Amino acid sequence: MASKASQRSRGLVILTGVLIVLWAVIASFPFLWTLWGSFKVQGDFFSKADWTNALSGTRTIAETGGYFTLNGYEGAWIEKEFWRAALNTMIVVVCVVVISLTFGTLGGYALARSGYRYAFWLLMLALVFRAMPHITLVSGYLLPFFEWGVWGRLETSIIVLVAINQPFTLWMLHSFFLTIPKDLDESAMVDGCTRFQAFRHVIIPVMWPGVITTGLFSFLLAYNDFAVTAVLLSQDNATMVPKIASFLGSTFEEGNVMFAVAAVVSATAPLFVLILFFQRQIVSGLTAGAVKG
Amino acid sequence: MPHKTFMWFILPSALAMFLFIFVPIISVIVQSMHIEHEQVLIEVENCGPFGCTPEVNVDQEAMRQLREEQPLGRFNGLGTYTNRAHLAFDEVGEAWATQDTWSGFLSAVYNLPFYKALSFTLTFTFVVTPLVLLFGLFIALGVNSLPRVFKGPTIFVSLLPMIVTPLVGSLILFWMVDAEGVLGAALQNIFDDNSLSLKASPWLTWVMLMVYGVWSSTPFAFVVFYAGLQTVPEDTLEAASLDGAGRWQKVRYVVFPYVAPLAVFITLIQLMDNFRVFEPIVGFSAQASATSLSWVIFNDLRGGDVQLFGSAAATSVLTICGVAILLTPVLIRTWRDFNRKRV
Repeated sequence: MASKASQRSRGLVILTGVLIVLWAVIASFPFLWTLWGSFKVQGDFFSKADWTNALSGTRTIAETGGYFTLNGYEGAWIEKEFWRAALNTMIVVVCVVVISLTFGTLGGYALARSGYRYAFWLLMLALVFRAMPHITLVSGYLLPFFEWGVWGRLETSIIVLVAINQPFTLWMLHSFFLTIPKDLDESAMVDGCTRFQAFRHVIIPVMWPGVITTGLFSFLLAYNDFAVTAVLLSQDNATMVPKIASFLGSTFEEGNVMFAVAAVVSATAPLFVLILFFQRQIVSGLTAGAVKG
Repeated sequence: MPHKTFMWFILPSALAMFLFIFVPIISVIVQSMHIEHEQVLIEVENCGPFGCTPEVNVDQEAMRQLREEQPLGRFNGLGTYTNRAHLAFDEVGEAWATQDTWSGFLSAVYNLPFYKALSFTLTFTFVVTPLVLLFGLFIALGVNSLPRVFKGPTIFVSLLPMIVTPLVGSLILFWMVDAEGVLGAALQNIFDDNSLSLKASPWLTWVMLMVYGVWSSTPFAFVVFYAGLQTVPEDTLEAASLDGAGRWQKVRYVVFPYVAPLAVFITLIQLMDNFRVFEPIVGFSAQASATSLSWVIFNDLRGGDVQLFGSAAATSVLTICGVAILLTPVLIRTWRDFNRKRV
C-alpha cells in the first residue's frame, strides 16, 4: 500500500476523511434516528418545541413513565395486525426467491452455453423487459385478473413477481455461468451424463455463490416491491409495504403516527441483518452485471 | 447446445416472461383503446305519499349485463390518448393559440395532468442520474483511499439507503423533514421562519424528492465504481507518477478510462429506474406538487372509487413509448457492437 502511487498529501487525506464521514452520517443517521424515535411517543419524535426532547424523552417519561416505550410496536403489530402482513411477506418472498432461482438457473445456463444468435437477442429482449415500469405491467393484469377471479390472492402476486424478476435473474446468472469453464460440463457429458444431469450434478454444486447472490437480489425485489403488491393484493392479504402505506392514511387521522414509525422500523430490521451477513455477496452481485456484462 | 435442449432449459423462464411481461404489454395496448361503458339510465316512477315523481336511475342490472358481455368497455379508438387527461391535443392547441408568451403557454400546458407528470418524471430522471454518477465516483475514490479497517463499515452504512424499501426510505426522510421532525425544525430555526415547510412549496417538494433520489441511488453507483477501481492496475498508476502526472492527471488519464464503461452501465440502469419513479411520491405525500407517470397510472387504478382501466392503460402505453425512446441509443450501440464482433 505504501507504493508511490498511493501516497497523498496531508490536506487531501483530511479532506477525504471529512467527506467520507459526512457521507456515512448522511447514509446512516436517518435510520438511527428513526430506530431511536420509534421507542418514544409522538410528542418526542415529532417535537416542534425542542428537538432534544427526542433524546431526553421528556414527553415519553411524562406519558408512559418509562424512558422507552413499546406503544408504537404494540399498536402496529397487535392492534393493527402487522404480524399478518409480516407473515404474508414471508410467504411471498420465500416463494418468489425459490421459483425465480429455479427458472433463472435453467434459463441462465442455457443462455450462457448456447452459441447461437437468438441467445443474444433473448438477452436484449430481457433488457427491454427489465426497463418496463412495473406499474404499466400491473395495469395490464388488473382487468383480466378481476375477470378470472384470481385478484387479491398471494399466488397471483408471487407468479407476477417471479416473472418481473426473470430478466434481471437471467442476466445475472448468465454472467455467473459464463465464468464457469465449459470443459466442466462437457467432460461430464463425455462421461455419459445427459445435459440436464451435467447441469444438476456438476454445474449447480460449483454455482452456489452465484445462486446465493442472485437469490439476495430476488429477495430484495420481492421484499421491497410496492407497485405490484399494492395493486394486486386484497386488504387481508396485504404484505408489509402496502400495509405501511395503508397505515399512513388511517394513522394520521387517529394520531397514531408512531404505529407507522414502528412498522417502518420493523420492516427495515431484516434488511439490516441481511446486509450485515451478506455484504460481500451484495457488492459482488452489483458489480457482476457491470464488470462482466 | 442443440436448439431442442436450449428450448427446454429456457422454457419456464421464457414462458413466465411471455405471459406476465409481453402479454400485459399487448393487453395494455388493447385496453387503452377502450373506455368504460356509458351508464344505462332508466326512468322510474318514484311514488310516495305526495304523488308520483319521475326519477332517473342507473340501471344496475343492465350495466352488469353490459360489463359481462364486454368486460373491456366500449371501443374508443385513440380517443383516450387525445383527451384532457393524456396528450390533450385540443387544450395544447388552444393554449398555443391564446397564450402570447412562452411562459404563459408552458404554464398552461403544465397544468394538464399528463404534462405535469411528464415534466416531473423527466426532470427527476435527468437531474438525479448525473448527480448519482458524480457523487458515486467521488465516494468511491474517497473510500478507496481509506485504510483497510474502515472500508468494511463504510461500505456497510453506504449500502443502507439503497437496500432499504423505497417507500420506507422515503417515509424515514419524510418524517425527518416534517415541520415537526428533526431536520424540518432545524431548518426553521436556521432560517428563522416558522412557516417554512418543505411540504407546502411545490419547488421545495421537487428538491426534496430529488434529494431522496440521489440519497437512495448513490450507493449503487458507489459500489460499482468502487469495484471498478479495484481493477485499475497499480503499475500503471505508478508509471504515470514517474512520468510526472499529478494527482488529478492520474485520475483523469488512468482511472477514468477504467471506470468509463461502468459509467455507461450505471447510467443505463439509473435511467430505467429513475424514469419509473413512484414510491417517493407516495411516501412524501407529494402528489399535490409533483406527480410522475407511474403515479398517475397507480392513481387511475387505486385512487378513486371507479377504476379507470382505459385511462391507466393509455398512460402506460405512453410511458412504454418513453422507455423505448430512452433505451434506443443503448440498443443501437449494442447492435453495432454485436455486428462488429461478428465481422
